[in-house]
Amino acid sequence: MAPTSAQKTSAQKIVAEAAGRKTVEPGELVTCRVDLVMLHDSGGPRRVAPILERLGARVWDPSRVVLVSDHYVPAVDPESARILDLTRRWGRTQGVARHYDMLGICHVVLAEHGHVRPGLFVVGGDSHTPTAGAFGAFAMGVGASEMAAVLATGEIWLEVPETLRILLLGRPGPGVVAKDVVLALCRRIGLGGAGYRAIEYAGDGLAGFGMEERMTLSNMAAELGGITGLIPPDRHTLAWLERAGVSLDPAELERWRSDPEAPVGETVRLELDGLAPQVAAPHSPANAAPVDEVEPVPIDQAYIGACTGAKLVDLRMAASVLRGRKVAAGTRLLVAPASARVWREAAADGTLATLTEAGAIMLPSGCGACAGYGAGVLAEGEVCIASTARNFKGRMGAPSSRVYLASPLTVAASAVAGRIADPRPFLAEGKPAEPISAEVDLVG
Amino acid sequence: MSAELEGRAFLVGDDVDTDMLAPGAYMKGPVEELARHCLEALDPDFARRVQPGDILLAGRNFGTGSSREQAAQALSILGIRAVVARSFAGIFYRNALNLGLLAVVCPAWDGIAPLDRVRLDPRAGRLVHLASGRSFACRPIPAHLLEMVESGGIVPWLERRLAAGRAEGGR
Repeated sequence: MAPTSAQKTSAQKIVAEAAGRKTVEPGELVTCRVDLVMLHDSGGPRRVAPILERLGARVWDPSRVVLVSDHYVPAVDPESARILDLTRRWGRTQGVARHYDMLGICHVVLAEHGHVRPGLFVVGGDSHTPTAGAFGAFAMGVGASEMAAVLATGEIWLEVPETLRILLLGRPGPGVVAKDVVLALCRRIGLGGAGYRAIEYAGDGLAGFGMEERMTLSNMAAELGGITGLIPPDRHTLAWLERAGVSLDPAELERWRSDPEAPVGETVRLELDGLAPQVAAPHSPANAAPVDEVEPVPIDQAYIGACTGAKLVDLRMAASVLRGRKVAAGTRLLVAPASARVWREAAADGTLATLTEAGAIMLPSGCGACAGYGAGVLAEGEVCIASTARNFKGRMGAPSSRVYLASPLTVAASAVAGRIADPRPFLAEGKPAEPISAEVDLVG
Repeated sequence: MSAELEGRAFLVGDDVDTDMLAPGAYMKGPVEELARHCLEALDPDFARRVQPGDILLAGRNFGTGSSREQAAQALSILGIRAVVARSFAGIFYRNALNLGLLAVVCPAWDGIAPLDRVRLDPRAGRLVHLASGRSFACRPIPAHLLEMVESGGIVPWLERRLAAGRAEGGR
């Protein structure tokens, strides 16, 4: 364990603030006041309402709660319709004014509406809650019973985590994006390799990634095994929040950043120069390898979706490969934009037209096929390449289906080739990808 | 709950994920139905072969993936008393304890064959293989968490705490 120092990590600073303490040290057990709670239709009201009833408790502070219906949307049978109805009624009864009902996937919706900001202590009823770390929030996922306890009390216990710093160094070449970086990290440290420490991304390589790309890095802190996935806030963060209607004193950025000499448990370095596009073979994100080392297996389905891989930047990446091309015969490309806003903006800038002209089939916004809940699940023996975060056995459909994970560029290239394909030749044919930097971000 | 448990060891490997423990296809329905499909991607007969009182012995990163607590709940429903793993995914670990299912970290357990009998002392942090008498060090569960597990999980524990608070406030 790191020795006590006056220099503190970002995680320590946020946890100390939430715990009402001057400082905290890794390993200490503390009780934190929660700034923001997010719950969704799957692990949310249908599971927590009976518990709150049993406790005779109501939501401690509805103004700190955001409810999102994104898992069972739109309803496909009476059971999913019942869950969505119950979710709406619970929100009304408890006075939760902010219910994003079929407007997109929770982690993306939180970011779009400026709910997640530097220094906040966030608890979400979903394992990809660390996505909010891209905005400098300490954000952790919990299950429904713990969520009910948080809703009843506004508090959660926590063992102050050590920090695992991930240094991203240099600039990735063409065709290499945040998803490739995080898949390479999964391979490097292993699935769950972070051991529930607080992941903190740092290094000069970070500056080249806009907010949506940073969300991909923080999102897959879940697969890396981090309790959260922090990224130091900077001018990109400020610009994004401003667009979301949140004005932030720039001094707030400095306040929550790790001190330069703050002791961290471990540092992992990843050189981005020379990194190839990555593909993770079934059934683990840690099975990642450079695309040219992966057998070019024929694919039945290409899927652009989920909180990890269907933001506007992800759709634009796919469009940059698909422009003027067609999805291969015998292969289907399904695209489920992450939110209603992504739909609107992708429609406005021509991205949707590019995708559909190439043969993409558009699906509703929501968690969809990623976790086997929605449209686009796989038959026995089918092969899929997806921009999602997880390729566990049977997750996306039949137990014998096989899912490869990759960036939206690689998924799109594979859809065109009908087999797993390197996106770089597609970009070299005079149809360059959008630069994957802050410039293509929503804030641009 | 007595301090020590004894039961058959049911063995699984590394990275057993929440999609195996609580398959998405059954998440909409009753959790008792979902439990019948627990780990079927790994072993189609798991739910039939496991017996009440069994102790699940796992490799590293047990429970990786989703925050769905049905992953832990399904094991409880099938009668699993405790999961002993080389390491756990953080959210699963919290969920298990919150639902009153013992989750014990045992970095090195070797030489235990499927269905061998083992004894677990979560308070002291010890797993004993009864056939060989070998003992393996586990991370003891902190007292405050063990108290929560022994009261059945976070909900009964909080129920008592809130009731006590109301009684006090009413005086």
